Amino acid sequence: MFKLLEGPQTLGRGKMFWSCFLVVLAGALAYPLFADSYDVGNFAYFLIWIFMALGLCLMWGYGGMLSFGQTLFFGIAGYGYGVLAINMGGGTATIAALALSVVLAMIAAGILGYFMIWGGINGIFFGIVTLSATLVLAFFLGQTAGPEWHIGPARLNGFNGMKGMDPLTVGDFYIEGSALYYVMVALIVIVYLALRMLVNSGIGNVIVATRENPQRAEMLGYDVRKYQLLTFVIGSGLAGLSGALYTSWGQFITPSSIGLPAAAMPIVWVAFSGRSDLTATLVGSFLLLFGFQTITVYSQQAALVLMGALLLATVMLAPQGFVLGIGKLAADWWRGRRWPSDVVAEAGRLQPEDS
Amino acid sequence: MSAEVFSLFYQFADVFAFLILSAAGLAIVFGMMGVINMAHGEFIMCGAYVTVGLVNLGVPLAIAQMLAAVTAGLIGVLVEFLVVRRFYKRPLDSLLATWGLSLIVTQSMLLIVGSAVRGIGTPEGSFAIGGYTFSTYRLVLFGCAVAVLAGLYTIFMKTRFGVIARATMQNAAMAKALGARTGRIYAISFGIGTGLAGLCGALYAPTMTLIPTMGATFVVESFVTVVIGGANVLLGTAPAAVFLAMIRMALNASYGQIIGQIGMLVAVILIIRVLPEGLSSVLVRRGR
Repeated sequence: MFKLLEGPQTLGRGKMFWSCFLVVLAGALAYPLFADSYDVGNFAYFLIWIFMALGLCLMWGYGGMLSFGQTLFFGIAGYGYGVLAINMGGGTATIAALALSVVLAMIAAGILGYFMIWGGINGIFFGIVTLSATLVLAFFLGQTAGPEWHIGPARLNGFNGMKGMDPLTVGDFYIEGSALYYVMVALIVIVYLALRMLVNSGIGNVIVATRENPQRAEMLGYDVRKYQLLTFVIGSGLAGLSGALYTSWGQFITPSSIGLPAAAMPIVWVAFSGRSDLTATLVGSFLLLFGFQTITVYSQQAALVLMGALLLATVMLAPQGFVLGIGKLAADWWRGRRWPSDVVAEAGRLQPEDS
Repeated sequence: MSAEVFSLFYQFADVFAFLILSAAGLAIVFGMMGVINMAHGEFIMCGAYVTVGLVNLGVPLAIAQMLAAVTAGLIGVLVEFLVVRRFYKRPLDSLLATWGLSLIVTQSMLLIVGSAVRGIGTPEGSFAIGGYTFSTYRLVLFGCAVAVLAGLYTIFMKTRFGVIARATMQNAAMAKALGARTGRIYAISFGIGTGLAGLCGALYAPTMTLIPTMGATFVVESFVTVVIGGANVLLGTAPAAVFLAMIRMALNASYGQIIGQIGMLVAVILIIRVLPEGLSSVLVRRGR
């Protein structure tokens, strides 16, 4: 099973790559030891969004389904966590609230995905239908300010946002600060490795085959709709995980994390990073979030202008993504220095390998 | 009795006008080039700001609105030349590029002009039938929506440009081989599309608060209308708007705006399950 960690669908293999992986992981684990708690909290905040980016990478880069609805499921699970945590009374029940809210997002994705995928909605329309649903949810939540909008004791509160839910808790121990950071790192490692195994497995190969040519995949006997729905549910579920963690992190969520311009952010991260590879998405999204947060301190609008400019620059200059492009150049240079003849063989990574 | 009937028509006309005016420009660009202009809302915003700016300078409303539409159209031609032109073979990338543009424009506007601009108020004028009072301007908007459809019909069915445009739409390579300058046709069509977006903003400018993010108010309606309308403006967008306006009107009247919008979205999601290529695919097939 661990053989699936490497394969034709993911970049990076061999001792070199995994040594780098372990060094980065060790660095991430050691970080709270020499950083102050404010920075650790900020880092945990960046990590929240990575799940959403990885989910979009799976759907868009591997499955060829450009969903603009990541924040829709982010919002469903985010509000879901709040409502459930308040209604179930906090404490250890928050862990159940987290799991249930992600399931809720996945069910919503299953329903929306069924109608779109079985209806045969193609590339562009897939994007605008998911975006329409996202904006409608944001508008709906925006007008729930009145006291009549509540689920049990949980008030939705319109644009002011929902608050008052407990953070993730085990017994009497609030998972906050460094503890939350370690939970995030662990979850990211699990999700990242699991996604690598998924895309390199048989299912992953069918997902990629569907992206390359749905008719051909169908002629080979696969019901591509089931694979697309599976991809959409997993990808959207990861957005849901981000949403639930976000609400738990700040004990707060507003409709502005669902609507525009929030809905564009996952697209920018993944497009800029390189949608066709999980590792590139992981690294690129983290860098962008870091940069975005640094600029937001001075001016949120300026940071968003920069994000828009990055999106435009990416599609005009490097449609495959900047991080992926730079990573490939670096890898080629490294290999070229050691084994010049291998560079040619590496050119097309979708081609079958001998080793 | 007649007052109730008129009241129903008035509510229908109000929603219909909103759907047609906000979707027509998007539908033209999608129909001709297969591109969805994600900056559509920003062209609407542009139309609204230019209108209000000109009116505050003392230009009469109607003239300001025309100038706003023309401005949006010219900016559209420029955007087509600089950005959209490169992406006709990569429709998904055109979505991303125009979305990037939309982010840049909205947020720069927020930085430069700030969040609110002094509005100009809806033109006075109302009339009464039975016990109900109606705003005249809402009927003017309905008239404009019908005029836009009639205008598009004339341009695309009765003029030489229209013939060449439809030929380009059907088979761009063949039209090019026969001497049509498809590049220019695309640029003009994109300009017409964004000009119509500007017109929409210009017409609704007196009725709403001007904020740089106002485009978002229109995009859901324009998206869903184009999704179920499909690629043909006259045979798709118009019937789609009639259909959605009926649903919306019924729900608005009994449950309010937001339920109306949710109901419309649900209807669209149910319809695409049956008609993924939109209403126009059915109507065009019948017509042949």
